[in-house]
Amino acid sequence: MSMQNAISPSDEPVIRCDSVYKIFGNNAESMLKKANGVVDAAKFQAAGCIVGVNNASFDIHAGELLIIMGLSGSGKSTLLRCISRLTDATAGKIFIEGEDILTMNNKQLIELRRNKMGMVFQNFALLPHKTVLENIAFPLQVKGVSTQESVKKAKEMVDLVSLTGREDYFPRQLSGGQQQRVGIARSLVIEPDIWFLDEPFSALDPLIRKEMQDEFLRLQSVLHKTILFVTHDFDEALRLADRIAIMKDGIIEQLDTPANIVLNPATEYVRKFTEEVPREKVLKIESVMDAFDSSESMSDLTVQNSAIIETVAEVILSSSKPLTVVDDAGKAVGTITAAKIVHVLFGSHSTQRSENAS
Amino acid sequence: MIELFRQRKYLQFILLLVIFIILYQSIGPSETNVLWRFPPLIKAFPIFINDSISYLMFEWWPIEVYDPDIQEYEQKPLVSQFTRMISGFILFMIEFIREIMLGGVKTIVTFSGWDWATANPWAKWPGLPWTVVAGGATILGYALNGRGLALLVGLSTSYIALFGQWEPSMQTLSFVLVAAPVSVFIGLWFGVWAFRSKRIEAILNPLLNMAQIVPHFSYLIPVMVFFGIGDHAGAIATVIFATPPMVRLTLLGLKKLPPEVAESGVMSGCNNWQLLTKVLIPTARRDILIGVNQVIMQCLAMVVLASLIGAKGLGIHLLIALNQLKIGIAIEMGICIVLIAIVLDRMSLAWANKQTDYFSNPTFTEKYKYLLMFGVVFILGIMFAYIGTFIFPEGINYLYLIPHNKGISTAVFWQSGVDWIWDTFFFSLKAFNEWLTVEVLMPVKAAYLGMPVVATFTLAMGVGFIVGGIRSALIVGGFLMFIALTEWWDRALITAYLMTVSVLIAGFSGIVVGTLCAQNPKSTRFILTYCDTFQTFPSFIYLIPVMMLFGVTDTSVLIAIIIYATIPALRYTVEGLLSVPESLQDAGTMSGVGRLQRWLSIELPMSFPHMALGINQTVVFALSMVIIGAMIGTDDLGQLILGSLSDRNGVGNGLILGICVACIGLAIDQILRTWANQRKQALGLN
Repeated sequence: MSMQNAISPSDEPVIRCDSVYKIFGNNAESMLKKANGVVDAAKFQAAGCIVGVNNASFDIHAGELLIIMGLSGSGKSTLLRCISRLTDATAGKIFIEGEDILTMNNKQLIELRRNKMGMVFQNFALLPHKTVLENIAFPLQVKGVSTQESVKKAKEMVDLVSLTGREDYFPRQLSGGQQQRVGIARSLVIEPDIWFLDEPFSALDPLIRKEMQDEFLRLQSVLHKTILFVTHDFDEALRLADRIAIMKDGIIEQLDTPANIVLNPATEYVRKFTEEVPREKVLKIESVMDAFDSSESMSDLTVQNSAIIETVAEVILSSSKPLTVVDDAGKAVGTITAAKIVHVLFGSHSTQRSENAS
Repeated sequence: MIELFRQRKYLQFILLLVIFIILYQSIGPSETNVLWRFPPLIKAFPIFINDSISYLMFEWWPIEVYDPDIQEYEQKPLVSQFTRMISGFILFMIEFIREIMLGGVKTIVTFSGWDWATANPWAKWPGLPWTVVAGGATILGYALNGRGLALLVGLSTSYIALFGQWEPSMQTLSFVLVAAPVSVFIGLWFGVWAFRSKRIEAILNPLLNMAQIVPHFSYLIPVMVFFGIGDHAGAIATVIFATPPMVRLTLLGLKKLPPEVAESGVMSGCNNWQLLTKVLIPTARRDILIGVNQVIMQCLAMVVLASLIGAKGLGIHLLIALNQLKIGIAIEMGICIVLIAIVLDRMSLAWANKQTDYFSNPTFTEKYKYLLMFGVVFILGIMFAYIGTFIFPEGINYLYLIPHNKGISTAVFWQSGVDWIWDTFFFSLKAFNEWLTVEVLMPVKAAYLGMPVVATFTLAMGVGFIVGGIRSALIVGGFLMFIALTEWWDRALITAYLMTVSVLIAGFSGIVVGTLCAQNPKSTRFILTYCDTFQTFPSFIYLIPVMMLFGVTDTSVLIAIIIYATIPALRYTVEGLLSVPESLQDAGTMSGVGRLQRWLSIELPMSFPHMALGINQTVVFALSMVIIGAMIGTDDLGQLILGSLSDRNGVGNGLILGICVACIGLAIDQILRTWANQRKQALGLN
């Protein structure tokens, strides 16, 4: 408790989960009490309960994009629904901006959703009887905003997601990508601080998915929302996330930055995901550079710390001396050598092979 | 040997048949043999119902009521006061709408009392000229869905007016306009309630099953006892009959929604009411609108039956025309009913799909153009009506109201057509009729009546056992036992005989024609449109043309049943065949199947479960038609129900008879549904 008090208000996490459990079944609560916090999924299943989320604890800070990654049945969507309180967690505490949402009554929840939260759904969940514009204006109308005002606001959103000219279309007349743009616009129309996305691009074709991811990154660079994003696509998670939580059977296996997950997988399960990942396409220079040492003799060339390895690999590999890594302001923050790049890209495989040889 | 029996279902059926025949042959008719007929142990049940109801209505829980006429408090039983209150309210609503269309004093009387109304003869609502109502309806049609609907509404209303059916049609309409919204509202409410609570759903489900099969007539009798006779009673009976499909379809629609839709509503910040009215119901509107459509159809199907307990309008006139064999007039009135049904259906559909334009900036005239148009029509209509008093001085003002049967009529044409058919085909029709009656119907009927009760039970429960195990056998046995213990087992056998013959023919022809039509897209579309159209017709409409040909005979009833009951068999066959997955068809093609092979080994097995459900519907349709057939004279359960309508103590009889009919339907439903579900599961179709 004292720790929590010590945190200054600006550092207070926007979302905080504290030992959240979600167990489906009739006598879930009593079983959980008996289990004393240690939940064995197999034992619960034998008793007719299904463990959705098993002891999840984490914080999400303002402007952060946390991705929950897991295969189907891993409990990732359930966790998201617990946090948005579409389902009630069986045990644990969930704070949104310091307020425990599990103790909120229905009225407070509606207030919270009308002002602070937006959510995007996997299968879009648009209202089929409303036009694009009406769908987007819907959260405002529900809130009681006048028709004129909400239509004006919705129109701005239509422009934001590049659907201008399709205001009067019905969802069925749009492609999947366009429908999800409507879903995104709808979730943003109330200008929420917290943005939930539940597998938003999973129902789309690969090419459209890529396009929508770019669109999403563009929006986030403008809007700076606090985001909880659920996906089963590891590449998508690496591409978008500030941090990734990897879930399996309701348990968060690892929660870390994409670079750390790729470089230091915490469990065997996580390692399997990272094996096939093309590291040069995922890692940034800053996650592999060495500390800056002014005594070394440096090349004249510099690289940006935020550059993806692939984009600068040629320069680094063709240089015999270490390169200086600089940040946005041009200040030297580290060094990088060709040897390091080679090690990062091929390291794990070569170690394995040498182990086999010895 | 036993193992072989367990695996081969057809061997089990053969064994069952053998036992059945042995039982049939060995037990002869006898007054005392229990194996021949069970004793009517629950014979007293109807009397018990009668007594309970009259106690409930006239004695239970007396309350003090102030009577303004004698200016004193009186003891009156609670229930009758309560039903009287409902009746009063519904009657007021019906009269109110009716008097807007046709004029009258009753609405004014409700607010001022008879004394005042008699003292002031000017205080009489004049009613609108038919031109205004027709024009107004046309404008409404235009406002809802443009020219097409306006044209349909305009032509329909003009037809009704010009053919001199305006008055009864408006009477019918006023009663439908009250009954239909009430049914829709109650149905929605129960549907939502069942959606929210599993327990309510579990309670409602068997009631809904029952309500679908209990014949219309049976509802009329208790309604008559509780609410008396008149338009309100007709409306209440209609509501009771029209609500169940609405409940069912609402529930179905809501259950089909993906959970994401509700979640998206919740995350948009809806409260419960907003979630229901703005998200769930509109998203499920496809099924709910089918429900509304069903309600309208049921309302109009009840028009004739409701007239039996005093509803005014087309129904009573149609009934009289049918009884007098005035086929031409009956056809014209039948068309009126169908037109009202279609117009109401299209209008409600258009209303539900109406869109708003947010960006236009309408001027005053644009914004109120429909109102202004109506204003013009209103003034013009009244002017014409006024001019009409000069053109037609001898009493009938055709521009104000064309009195009943004083309009154009094609009755003579139809009548001469009927006469011509009778003159030309009299002998061949008669010969066919006689052949069918003597050679087919009588022997089958005799065979049914000669069946010992034990044999019937063995057969029915045996089939239940083979199909669905001991559970199905017990359920089927239970349903039959109820009928067997009443005193109407023989009547039920006659109902069953009519139903079986017609279901066999209807099912067979439905499957054959459906299969043929499903072979190419054009005929598929045609046959589905045919089903849509003919399903719109209220069931008794089918009696008109067959009576034209065969008069009042069993043959007429049978043919009407077959035509009516073929519709679901057709529809389900076509739908079933269409639902065979494309990939499976392609796989068949690549395996090199021929046309017949494809049908026998791919399409038929895949769509058979769906067809079985079609046959199930055919049974339901056939049963309801068998009962309505009582109106033109059959001697089965339906006739008894019709009889108990005019019996003072008919409630108990009518109810029990209705339940007997329902039991027949439910027993067959149990077997067919279990079997269809098993097949579906086996084929992985769920």
